[in-house]
Amino acid sequence: MAVVHFTQNLRRHVSCPSVSVGGNTVAQALDQVFELHPVLQSYVLDDQGGLRDHVTVFVDGCQVHDRKTLCDALKPDSEVYVMQALSGG
Amino acid sequence: MTDRLYVGTRKGLFVLDRAEAGWAVVSRHFLGVGVTMVLPDKRTGRVHAAVQHGHFGTKLHRSDDGARTFVEAATPKYPPKPEGLEDIEPFRKKPVPWSLMQVWSIEAGLPNQPGRLWAGTIPGGLFKSDDDGDSWQLVRSLWDHEGRKRWSGGGYDFGGIHSICVHPEDGAKVSASVSIGGVWRSDDDGESWRCDGTGMRAEYMPPDLAQDPVAQDPHRVVQCPAAPEVLWCQHHNGVFRSTDGGDSWTELQDGLPSTFGFAVAVHPTDPQTAWLVPAEKDECRIPKDGQVIVARTRDGGQSFDILKDGLPQQDAYDLVYRHGLAVNATGQTLAMGSTSGALWVSDDQGDHFECVQAHLPPIYCVRFDGGF
Repeated sequence: MAVVHFTQNLRRHVSCPSVSVGGNTVAQALDQVFELHPVLQSYVLDDQGGLRDHVTVFVDGCQVHDRKTLCDALKPDSEVYVMQALSGG
Repeated sequence: MTDRLYVGTRKGLFVLDRAEAGWAVVSRHFLGVGVTMVLPDKRTGRVHAAVQHGHFGTKLHRSDDGARTFVEAATPKYPPKPEGLEDIEPFRKKPVPWSLMQVWSIEAGLPNQPGRLWAGTIPGGLFKSDDDGDSWQLVRSLWDHEGRKRWSGGGYDFGGIHSICVHPEDGAKVSASVSIGGVWRSDDDGESWRCDGTGMRAEYMPPDLAQDPVAQDPHRVVQCPAAPEVLWCQHHNGVFRSTDGGDSWTELQDGLPSTFGFAVAVHPTDPQTAWLVPAEKDECRIPKDGQVIVARTRDGGQSFDILKDGLPQQDAYDLVYRHGLAVNATGQTLAMGSTSGALWVSDDQGDHFECVQAHLPPIYCVRFDGGF
């Protein structure tokens, strides 16, 4: 199972412990996370289901290519990190 | 006497109470996170706050214990954007995102409309709730209106609804004012909308388009609760007043040091009395000569008193945003918050101001408990 981790900056606002989930793509994995933690979804995805502009996802050290439908593939032992972009003021 | 103020800032929500020693911050919420709007709903005592996370989107929170604690509530959500739909902002030519960027206004319905809330947002969606914010519905009649496609961004990339006025005697009569997109009105509880008021003019448009109601940039529109046919508007390039519910607008110029500004507040029972915070025009957006002033009229805008007492008069670059000026339910007490984090209160309609906080974060909105 892939493990999904969340930035500490997000943990400040909403509960999001690291979690092991199934799924062949980032979208499938995140869907499972959001089933466990429904409030989390709107912090990571926008109203159209894409990644928020200032959120990014790494899979095994590589930034995902598909920010809109999150179809990047996962391996059974992938490490997924949901991070925030360095922006703001 | 009003004794509670809510102040939404770029870095949190501050609650101030008036004690014997004066106004003091009694609680702080969402520190480090923007609070773009707050609504203390006098029907229920519930306090709603729009919380804008820079990275993680906009959320609504609410408090049922007098703003001691807040919990996250449902947030307005845009529906799926139809595949292939062309929805382009006309000035910048960028696709309009069907995604909540900012909650810019929240207003309560009437006491005989329990549970009714309105929320105006960027990029232009008006949302309605009939269960006190447990769920929100996009008002499709406005969002899908052909005229909405002509709304454009100003300071923000996309047009948005910053002022919602609910007629105090007939909750089905609602106006939603748009920067940039004019004053939209509904007489049927949001089932249909029109933007056809005359008399505003837009200096930033070519002459033959300057009168177009949809081209107008009302920065803030307020309605007198006791005389709801009277509306006041601080517009991008002028101050306008309507005495017929927005059918027609008259421009007011005499006695104002500048026609530019964001904020306007109207007395709750006297439609002739209103306050504005003029600033040096468009290109600068600073107080004229570094002096913070408030302009008050008591004769419907025929003349203005320029009020300075207690306000900084040298090298002050405080700007007051559109929601940064509020008057309480008695019409006696004013509160004003600036982009430089100063908060002033006056208990005599602006004759004298007192700076009650000097170093808050940039202030987005001020609102009195029990105000309007």
